[in-house]
This record gives sequence, structure tokens and C-alpha cells, in this order.
Amino acid sequence: MIPTSFEYVRAKNLSDALKAMGKNTKVIAGGHSLLPLLRFRLAQPDMLIDIGQLRELKGIKRSGGGLKIGAATTYRELLESKELKALYPLIAEVTEHIGDLQVRNAGTIGGGLAHADPAADMPPVMLVLDATFVLQSKTGKRSVPARKFFKGPFTTALKPNELLTEIQLPALPKGVGTAYASFEQAASGYALAGAVALIAIAKGLITRADLAFTGLGDAPFLAPAAAKLVATTGDASLIDQVAQAAVAGVEANDDVHAPAAYRLHLGRVAARRALTQALAQAQRPG
Amino acid sequence: MATLFGSGIKRREDPRLITGKATYTDDVKLPGLLYAAMLRSTYAHAKLNQVDVAKARKAAGVVAVYTGADVKDKLNTVPCAWNVPNCDLKVPPHPVLAVDKVRYVGDGIAMVVAESRAAARDALDLIDVDYDALDAVVDPEKAAAKGAPELHKEVPGNIAFTWKVAGGDTGKAFAEAAVRVEQRIVHNRLLPTAMEPRATCASYNAGTGQLTCWITSQNPHIHRFLLSVMTKLPEHRIRVIAPEVGGGFGSKIPGYPDEALVSFASMELGRPVKWTEDRSENYKVTIHGRDHVEYVELCGTKDGTITGLRTRVYAGLGGYASTAAPGIPTILHGLMYSGPYTIPNIEGTIYGVYTTTTPVDAYRGAGRPEATFLLERMIDLYARQIGMDPVDVRRKNLIPKDKFPYTVATGITYDSGNYQGALDKALQLIDYKKVRAEQAKARKEKRYLGIGVTTYCEICGLGPSQVAGAVGFGGGLYDSAIVRVYPTGVVRAYIGGKPHGQGEETTFAQIVADEFGIPVENVEVVAGDTEATPQGWGTYGSRTTAVCGSAVKVAAQRVKEKAKKIAAHLLEASEADLEWKEGKFVVKGSPDKGKSFGDLALMANVAWNMPPGVEPGLEATAFFDPSNFVYPFGTHICTVEVDVETGEVKILRYVAVDDCGPQINPMIVEGQVHGGVIQGLGEALQEMAVYDEDGQLLTGTMMDYAVPKASQMPKVETAHTVTPSPVNPLGVKGVGETGTIASVPTLVNAVCDALAPLGVTHIDKPLTPARVWAAIQQAKGGTP
Repeated sequence: MIPTSFEYVRAKNLSDALKAMGKNTKVIAGGHSLLPLLRFRLAQPDMLIDIGQLRELKGIKRSGGGLKIGAATTYRELLESKELKALYPLIAEVTEHIGDLQVRNAGTIGGGLAHADPAADMPPVMLVLDATFVLQSKTGKRSVPARKFFKGPFTTALKPNELLTEIQLPALPKGVGTAYASFEQAASGYALAGAVALIAIAKGLITRADLAFTGLGDAPFLAPAAAKLVATTGDASLIDQVAQAAVAGVEANDDVHAPAAYRLHLGRVAARRALTQALAQAQRPG
Repeated sequence: MATLFGSGIKRREDPRLITGKATYTDDVKLPGLLYAAMLRSTYAHAKLNQVDVAKARKAAGVVAVYTGADVKDKLNTVPCAWNVPNCDLKVPPHPVLAVDKVRYVGDGIAMVVAESRAAARDALDLIDVDYDALDAVVDPEKAAAKGAPELHKEVPGNIAFTWKVAGGDTGKAFAEAAVRVEQRIVHNRLLPTAMEPRATCASYNAGTGQLTCWITSQNPHIHRFLLSVMTKLPEHRIRVIAPEVGGGFGSKIPGYPDEALVSFASMELGRPVKWTEDRSENYKVTIHGRDHVEYVELCGTKDGTITGLRTRVYAGLGGYASTAAPGIPTILHGLMYSGPYTIPNIEGTIYGVYTTTTPVDAYRGAGRPEATFLLERMIDLYARQIGMDPVDVRRKNLIPKDKFPYTVATGITYDSGNYQGALDKALQLIDYKKVRAEQAKARKEKRYLGIGVTTYCEICGLGPSQVAGAVGFGGGLYDSAIVRVYPTGVVRAYIGGKPHGQGEETTFAQIVADEFGIPVENVEVVAGDTEATPQGWGTYGSRTTAVCGSAVKVAAQRVKEKAKKIAAHLLEASEADLEWKEGKFVVKGSPDKGKSFGDLALMANVAWNMPPGVEPGLEATAFFDPSNFVYPFGTHICTVEVDVETGEVKILRYVAVDDCGPQINPMIVEGQVHGGVIQGLGEALQEMAVYDEDGQLLTGTMMDYAVPKASQMPKVETAHTVTPSPVNPLGVKGVGETGTIASVPTLVNAVCDALAPLGVTHIDKPLTPARVWAAIQQAKGGTP
């Protein structure tokens, strides 16, 4: 469990970090995803650039009706933010699922998203909330919707010289409810199947319904079937139909922890539970 | 002074362990220390052509690189030390580094010795190995089948042994039985996962010809012997020190190639050499547990009398026969087929089978969990078939408490027991009638509650040395202690056992302090150094308290007898006129005339005024060899609710009633039961080492191998009954493994009971949600 040798640089500021990024470098913040890869020698970078202490990449700021979250903000800092809890209780709820206390103390939201584990808890949240990611390199900055960011297992829209610097969350409509339901793999705590749901209602009818999965396939994905709930009251049988349709035809992972058929079944159950809970929350007065 | 025996005082080991002040093998640092790293096979089964180490030898920091060819004439092969008789046991050579073939992923190919761990590790990547892949076979039943790939030319068909146990007339019993049930049972392969991985630090002194070896060992004297065999050094030239050992569960009993290789490197290079496993290496190389495929039949009458049990078992041994491996599925398994019951006819055939996997050896319970599991599972199937309450079936077949010592059909004799007492207590604690009523009510609401009951007994406290010899165990099974009184009145007990989490530093101090009427703080227990302690046989098989603790007791008694002689002399009284009162020998009738233990300690050690013919000093050595094994027993009951939509199992309550005789320290007993039960529930619910068809370990990290976490486990409610054993002076029985033995069938029976209305009769453990869900789908007639 000894990595290959590498140089280590602690970046003084964001611009330094971006300049240092190049061929066969790796960026490290909390290190919870990268260190195991280094120790197994699955990653053998020449240089590690530590951005974990960069103030420019930390913090949670109001922006319009939404929030901007610095990529190096730790899970612990997310959980301590009253604003986050008020505006996006879903993020707080999901963050509590991530790792254990020590992992949450050191791990960062941007690190986890850029790592793009196909069974991670946070990526489907970003899909449902329709977040935008700011990607920066020494030559410039671009915005990529979360919905176009996750490409496959541990694969994203990030180019080798780009750093995820900020997560932008748009304002949510009034009368919104959100929920996460998941089934954990007993050893890793990652999701065998997990579903995130968002439902907004106005005058008793659903105006927006989003559903995303993690753990089932190569990458988190949105289920278009959720749209069937729009303009309905979302009764139980329709929710079950949507949950079923959402996983229909999905080519699920099949491994030592769960065969594909079981994963799909769990996906359906998780979808139903998340949608039901999100709807109940949306219907709650006030 | 109140007696310390029976007092739940805190473990004296804990402060140093939980404040990081304990010294483990990896903490040993010596001047000029070198570091070893092992190149391990990435193939499960392959012909080894060329191993090219030229580049590695030239790498920065590398001192030496050794291959199988380099060491094969200098080191002996790894011995198997349990040569079970009458089973045609075949133990093929197990080279310390592979010579012409590799037989599991992790089999050693080369050792690099370097100035740093990092340099040693880096050099492994520079070694080129040319393999010719051969077919792998990972399942013991498949490996025993015709046409399976063969591992060893000396072992046709991969069958290491065919061992039989028989008592009564099983053929007749089955022919005449009104009821028969049968089941195929798979015991999932387990990874022992001691918190501290294995390590060895060897330092050879060419001047004295003495090798000192720090080893993560449960049994330093056995390691000394095994090292002697492998290194060709005589035993008296080897000192084994097992410093703090962070758990073992059986995995630190065997002798491993690594220990011999590191010793060899130190002898060759004239510098100390250390090797420490990482977790991935630990999962690939350190022994695994269980791995049985069993075909089991049970027969009986329509009203619940069990008349026969028959088994055919394929026990996976892995690529080579590890130190104790042949004894586990035979002596420690087959002989326990009667459990706590009066089963008159028993027949078992056990095939030990080589497979292209990591060697399998003793893992907490070692053979007995597999026996208890198959028996308890079959009894539930039988009870269901005849429509009887599983508790009633058990009660009907339990050995009556007035029949001890009781000889079962397999030929072994149980020391003592009151199985009904433990059963009654457990039923009362769980309120059995009430939970059955709750279950009936829940079923009407389509909720699936289940109740699992296990009545068990197990063989431990290993054991009489004469029996050890008769069953082919390559050593004795007595144990030993020196009790030495220092002039200050402090007493130290030097013991042959090697506690590594079981708390005997505390409990043995309690025994000694009681004997002398001194504060427990004045007693210290020393273990783990073959130069300081008398010959012992280690800590495993729940033997240390029953056997080594008895040696401590006997040695302390001898010291006290001598102290009495000295007291009589100093008091100018006859020994017959002395009595022991509150830590003093006093003259009967003259309570003012007395000699305290402290006085006698000083006087014996300075020897200014000894009785004629009595030697100076105050110490005694005792070797205790028990007349029989001990057989603890008990009843465990668990209630569960199964979510049939997802297959998730929720444990509602877990009650453990165990009888290990009188308890020296009830808190430590409770801790052992808690740990054992949780370890068993891990096996029952989620732990599973899985190989793919090519022999690659798919669960090679803790991200994939599900050791139970506190948040996943229930509260364990414990209680006990007390039935002393007549075979040792303390009356104690072992309790280190009972939890692991009893909890596995208890949980599985509870889940199968919950799902009975759906027609589920059996699910192979671990009962992961995926497996439970698949079983439900199958019972419903669907495809999983």
C-alpha cells in the first residue's frame, strides 16, 4: 500500500494550482477518493497539487435565490451551513449518508463530484437540482450543467487541465419537496441503488417532477419517466408506474454484491419511496 | 478480603491499547533494519517459467532479491502439523516460494529486501514473471469432481483426505425412519480480518547463532517449532517474541512462508529484516475460514425423536495444507455431530479438497460452527416437516442433565451440562410464547416476523495431550505457568498461553491475587516470549483459561504450600496449626501471631532463616494437562423482521444464554459473547469471500468484504447459567467461540422461520438482501 513516488505541491492560490496542472498531475483536496487509487498504484501521477486549503475554493454564498458552493468545501462545512439546510435540505440529508465522521471532516463536495464514482450519493442530487459546475483552467473558465457532466464510471466532462471550482445551485420553486432513498452495499456504504426525487406542486397539481438514480449503471442518470407525474396529483399507483418505467430497459450493474435484476428492483423501490416522500413534503403546508 | 474470582473488574490491558502505547510487531525498530516485500502470484494456477529479478536487484535501495530457486535448498517446505490419522492424508510440498508452479493468487514468488519499505515495494514492479496459465478451480465440490484441474501431482483428484466418523447403525436408522429431511448447505468462505495484519521482524546473531523473531503469533512456542522446521535451526536457538497482538481469530496460529523467509534473509544478510502485511495482502495470503459444501440428511420419528444424521462434506483447503487445516473439518467438526442431543446413529464422510485458493485453516469456532449450523438447520427443517415447534423438538432430544459425563455416538465424552436450564432461561428472557403470538398476529397483517432458536454445545479447552497425540496433532495440548514471588511481594505469572484480546492478563491476575490474598495490582501476567515463559501451546480453541489458567492456579497453590512451610518455621509452629486468614498465615487461636504474604515473600527471597531442607526463593512451575476437553453450552434466540419487498433483515432482539461454568470476570465473559455473536452475525448476514472462476478474489478489500460495523448490528442481551466442569481446578469452560458458533444458525433459522409462509425453507448464508429477495422470488415461483 505504498504509492509510486511523486512530487507534492501545496498551491498558494487558485491561479498557481491551475498553472501547475498539466500532463500526469493530480489534484488533491480531501484525498478520500484519490489516496486509495494511489496506494493501489491505479493512479501514478508525477505530481500532486494540493488545493484543500485554498480559501478561494471554500464557502457557501447566496446567489439570487440559490447558492454557490466552493468545490473544496468539506462535507462537514456543508452540514454546518444553516443556509444550505434551509434552501436545500436534500443536500444536507444526503451528506449525512456520505462516509463516516472522519470522511466528512476531510472529504470535499467538489472532490467527490469530480471523482464521479457511479454509486456515489451526491451526483444524482446535482442532476435533480439542475446544478451548474464551473470548470476552470489556466486559459479560462466555462460552465457545464451537471446533467452534461457525468460521462461514465469515474469519467466526467473535465479536461485534464481543468479544475472543478464551483457548484452553482439555482433557486427552487415554491412548494417543492425532495427526498433520497437508497440501499447501501454493506461493506462500502455506497449505493447498490439510490434514487433522488424532486416534486413541486402548485394548486394541488404537480408542476415539476425530477428523478435521478445512482448505483444502477455506469453513471448517475435522470429518468425522463418522471415527467408523467406533471399535471397530476401523483397518486400512489401512478408513482409506482413511474418508478417502474424509470428503470425499465436500464442495463444495471451486475456484481458480487447484487445481480442486475435485484439492483433494478431496488431502483424501482427506491424511486417509489423517494417520489412518495418528496410529494408528501411538497404537500406539507408552509 | 472479598474474592476477585467473579468480579467484573476492568481490563488492565485496555489503557495502553486505547491510548496508542502498545508495542506491536511492526513497532519493533532495530539498528540496521531492512524491509522485505513479497512478490505474489497474480494467477490462481499457473506454471511458473522464468522469474527475472535482474532489474530489481539493481534498483536503488535494494539489498537482495530471492526467488524460489534461490531458497529451495536452504529452507525446508512449510509443514502441516495436524496429521489426522486413518484418512489417507496427503500433504504435498508447500515451498516457501513457488518453484515451478503457483497455486493461488497470492502464492509467493520472490522476496525483495531493501533499505526502506518503499524501495522494497518499488522493486516488486521491476520483476518480470513468465507464467503459463492453467485452469483454476475454486469450489471444493467441483475440485473433487472427475476431470477437475489438478493442483498437485502427488494428490490425484485433489482429495487431500477422506475422513469418516460413524457411530450406531445409520443405514438402518434411515431405512426405518418415518421422516427424513435433507439439505445442501454451503458455508461461505470468510476472511479473518484481525485488526492488526501479520508481521515478522527477524534478527539473527551470527556470533551466538541465535535467531530472535518477533511474530504476530497466537502461539509463540508453536511458531518456534514451525520456524525451526523451516529454517533448519534447532528450536533452542530460536527465540520467538509475540509482542502485543491485535487479534487473530485463528489466522495467527499457522506457520507462514513469510516468517521463514524473513528469518532466512536476516541469516544471509547479517542484518535484521522486517516484513508487514498490508490489508490487501492480508486478504490474499493470510488463511481464510470455513468453505464447506455439505450434503446433510437427518431422520427421526413423527413425534420428534431424532434417530440419525448423515453428512457428506467437501471442505476446501485452498492451495496447500495449512498448519492445523486437516484437523478442523474432521476432529473439530465431525466429532461434534451429536451437538447437545442424544442422536444414536451418526455417519459423516469428510473430503478435504485442494482448490486454487488461499489456504483455509482455523477461524473462530473452527469446525464447530459448521457442525452446529448443519445440525440446527436440519432440526428446524425436521420440525417444520413434522409440524412441531422447533423448541419442543430440541427439548425432546437434549441430553438429560443427570446423564453426564455423557458419551455421544461419535465417541467423545461430554464433561458436564444442564442444557434444559439454559434453554428455559433463554425462552423466559425472550418470552417465547408471547413472541410466537406476535408472529401469528403479524402474519395476518402480511408482516414477516421470525424466531430462531439454537441449543448448542461445543468442544474446547483443547485438550488432553494424549488425545492430541492420538488424533495426530503435532504437539501437546497441556499448558504451563511459572508463578514467581518477588521480594517486594509482587507476583508475576509467566504463562505458556498468548492472550491477544481475551483479557487473561486481568483474569489470571485475579486467580493469583485470590490465592495469596493480595491486591490484584500486585500481580502481573507475562506472556509471549519463549525465553521468559515455559513451554505452552498457545491461545486458540478457547483453551487458555481452562488449561493455562489451571496451570496458574496449580502453580500458585504450590507457592502457597511452600510459603506455609516458611511461615510455620518463622512462627515456630507446626504447619497443621496454621490457618490462612485475610492474607496471612496465623497460628490457630493466636490471631496476633502471623506472617503476611509480604513478610514471607521477603524472607523466602533473602533466605536468612529457611526451614531445614527448604530451598530459597518463592516460585513454582506447573504444567497442567486436562483429563478431558470442556463442553460449554447454551441457548441463543433471535427475533427478526424481514422486508419481503427488499429482502432486508432487521434483527429485533438477540438473547444469548451461555454456560461456561464459573466466570472469573463476568464483564470479560460478556465481551467475549458480544464479540462472538457479532462475528457470527457478520458470517450469517454479510461476510463472504468470493472468487471468480479464474480464482481472482473479488472481495479483496474492505470496500467489498463486509466486516460488520457497529451501526449494522443489534444490541446483544446476555445471561448465563453456571455448570462447573469437573476436568480442571477452576471448573471453567471456554467462552471465546461460543457466540460465533451459536449465532449463525440462530439468525438463519429466524429468517427461514419468518419466510415460512412464503414457502422458503433454506437460504445459503450470508443472508444478504439480494439473496433473501432471490429466495422469496424463487419460492413465489418466479425467477430470481
